Amino acid sequence: MSNEGIRVGVFICHCGSNIGGFVDVPAVVEYAKTLPDVAFATSNLYTCADDGLCSIRDSIKEHNLNRVVVAACTPRTHAPLFQSTCEEGGLNKYLFTFVNIREQCSWVHMKEKDKATEKAKELISMGVARAKLLQPQEEVQIEVIPSAVVIGGGVAGMSAAISIADQGFPVRLIEKESELGGFVRNLGYIWQERQEAVGALKSMIDRVKSHRNIDLYLNSEIVSVSGFIGNYEIIIDTKGKQKKDKVGVIVVATGALEYIPVGLYGYETYDNVVTLTEFEILAKNKKLPKMSSVAFIQCVGSRGQDKSYCSRICCNVAIKNAMNLADNWKNMLGLEEAGKVVESIPVEKVVPVEIAERRRSRRGRREREAGEEGEEEAALAGAKLDIAIFNRDIMSYGVEHELMFNKTREKKVRFIRYTPQNLPKVSVDNGKLVIDYWHDTLQLQRKMTVDMVVLSTPLVAQPDAKELSMMLKVPLGQEGFFLEAHVKLRPVDFATDGIYVCGTCKGPADIPEAVSQGLAAASRAAIPLARGYVQPESLVAYVDSEVCSGCGTCIEVCPYRAIVKNEKGVAEVAAAACKGCGNCGATCPENAIIMNHYTDDQLLAEAEAALQEAKG
Amino acid sequence: MSDFEPKIIIFLCNWCSYAGADLAGVSRYQYPTNARTVRVMCSTRVSPHIVLSLLRDGADGVMVTGCHPGDCHYINGNYYTEKRMEMTKRLVEMTGLEPERLRLEWVSASEGEKYAHVITDFVSKLKEIGRSPAASDEKIVTRLAAAVEASRYFRLKVLTGKEINLTSKGNVYGEILDLQTLDTMMAKATEDEYRSSLIMQLTKKKPHSVKELAEELGEPTDRTLEHVVSLRAKNMLALDHIEGTTPKYKAVLIGGA
Repeated sequence: MSNEGIRVGVFICHCGSNIGGFVDVPAVVEYAKTLPDVAFATSNLYTCADDGLCSIRDSIKEHNLNRVVVAACTPRTHAPLFQSTCEEGGLNKYLFTFVNIREQCSWVHMKEKDKATEKAKELISMGVARAKLLQPQEEVQIEVIPSAVVIGGGVAGMSAAISIADQGFPVRLIEKESELGGFVRNLGYIWQERQEAVGALKSMIDRVKSHRNIDLYLNSEIVSVSGFIGNYEIIIDTKGKQKKDKVGVIVVATGALEYIPVGLYGYETYDNVVTLTEFEILAKNKKLPKMSSVAFIQCVGSRGQDKSYCSRICCNVAIKNAMNLADNWKNMLGLEEAGKVVESIPVEKVVPVEIAERRRSRRGRREREAGEEGEEEAALAGAKLDIAIFNRDIMSYGVEHELMFNKTREKKVRFIRYTPQNLPKVSVDNGKLVIDYWHDTLQLQRKMTVDMVVLSTPLVAQPDAKELSMMLKVPLGQEGFFLEAHVKLRPVDFATDGIYVCGTCKGPADIPEAVSQGLAAASRAAIPLARGYVQPESLVAYVDSEVCSGCGTCIEVCPYRAIVKNEKGVAEVAAAACKGCGNCGATCPENAIIMNHYTDDQLLAEAEAALQEAKG
Repeated sequence: MSDFEPKIIIFLCNWCSYAGADLAGVSRYQYPTNARTVRVMCSTRVSPHIVLSLLRDGADGVMVTGCHPGDCHYINGNYYTEKRMEMTKRLVEMTGLEPERLRLEWVSASEGEKYAHVITDFVSKLKEIGRSPAASDEKIVTRLAAAVEASRYFRLKVLTGKEINLTSKGNVYGEILDLQTLDTMMAKATEDEYRSSLIMQLTKKKPHSVKELAEELGEPTDRTLEHVVSLRAKNMLALDHIEGTTPKYKAVLIGGA
């Protein structure tokens, strides 16, 4: 396109004093007016405010603008706003250019107003040079297959599946184990209502099983994924039997595991040292050994001991269990008989069968004494259960949890603080568990004899998350949990369109958090399903079939397998799969590939404008 | 030249380095005003010929920035960037321009401080080296123009495009090349393409004899003759006239380009 008829409008933002305070904005406006093909230039106090946006819309019509340049903050946050404003003004959104004169100019040159002003002028001149070469782009619409696959049948995955299914879309729910429920199946009671977790789960599982829009695949895994948003092809493997399927969106809810504290605090060495999850299993099965005292130790294996992070839920879980024990220990320990006053507690020193079985299967071979070993009279006279929680600091975040923490203290549950420099030590003396600890408040070395030690270990990532992440081409964080697109603003999206994440596979979460994430992921995933089509940005490569020699180098470099050789033997781009990185454009030996919106000409013109200025 | 302010062009990838530069702003890290930034979606988009064109046209420095290896938003784009910039640097060295004028840096979205540091460092290094000779020296401009052409040519592009696969997955015969072999191959190819391009650039301006060309290329006459013969075979070079007994060659311009 020749420069004839090009009419650029330049809108320069003061951003209050953020830009105006460090760059001479009026001088920049005057300069912009002198640039060739600039038909209109103005400044706004805030271009992103209503009057700024109005001025863009109105000027497009009034001055017959066919290119718009906004010099303001950063395109990473504000480009979509100005692009839609251009569209409201009747201008294709690809005819808009963003010039960053705040983050990359005024804020980093706060003591050099003259030089910062010069830089702003040049950046705008570069933006105008780019704008002049921009071409309108049409965005293609791609049909979306109106179905979803949810990977993982825990509370997060089930919530997501039910929500998507309730909205009328078929859902495949894939669970690798033989029953639904995930981690919550381990739990005894949910919170202070002493509602049994099994009951709460059952209603959810029943809904999943009876829902006509949900196809349940137990004992199944996803073994292959290809395609893109709206058109994913998956292979589901059920005990070796494979089934191909097509879905529009994917929700990842693969959950987490508990950390196994091998070698810490006498775990697997002494009887009655269990993890928090094992304690929950015992409570659930009413198999807690009889005891008169119990100590919880927090932050075992987390916060720098092995894993670096805080698992966030363990304080509340320990407090919940302490509270339940304090209130209902007779029932929980099986000592409750109608009308009978318990005078003393017979102490059992066993690791019950369930836990032993669990450890045996985990370790593969380890033999462990399990079963009845007789009972011993409690040392304590009178009926009382002593509860202590050893902690570095209690993270009982939120309204409910803090309330619970305070109530638990009223119940005489002892909270004893330790420091990472002085970890408590667990040993056995005279057949009893002894905790040797430095009392940080009293500054004294103390001993405590207990019947059971519960180790609060963190949730850790699934070991096979890596495999799934590579299959889906989505990232994992440092600790092996799935990494969302933006930790604050896009918490259940992946950077890859059409794939969503929820539950503990992206980090420790409690039940309400996992459920809300599941519902959030479902509502995000339902957007393309409900709309029926997606309209990806038109930042895609284009092959000039007249120039292409069919050498195939671009096919090799494309990370999305978006380029194929067509029947004429030349390369062709599948626009829906192309993400617009431009690797093929820089690679093409025949210079036959044009990267739309970031063409060689556009990039060169933009950069050369800065050199032109330098030459004066 | 204490008041010399180098003009530098920085290419920033949208996902890491641009965000890193934004973070430098949000954190108010102060750095020199010399950087002129161009945003691309991925550093892999930056073709060598764009970088070389900017150096030819008088940029005192060009920097390409991208995500750290392994962190690319487009999976592996930055690996290709690295390969391309190695090839580009080789060409820059052949032209005689200081190779320090081209720089590749990995800046993540969280490295605002690193971005500010990298810019500050680049500006101070360029101040030491001084103004680019391409601003005044016609000879180096011609050489850089030859480098631009060489970088756009089929052979170097195929080799850089296939390097990663050739050294990891192997060629169509399943032979995996070791890095050393490929490196030697690249060096030879780069030199050949650069010299051929330079002959084209020189003979485009006026007819040259083989001896004159050899002087410009700084290589023995027989080597230059090989290039001339090869270019004549491709019909890119033609005999213009004979001066005494010395034949003078001129570039064949296709379509008057």
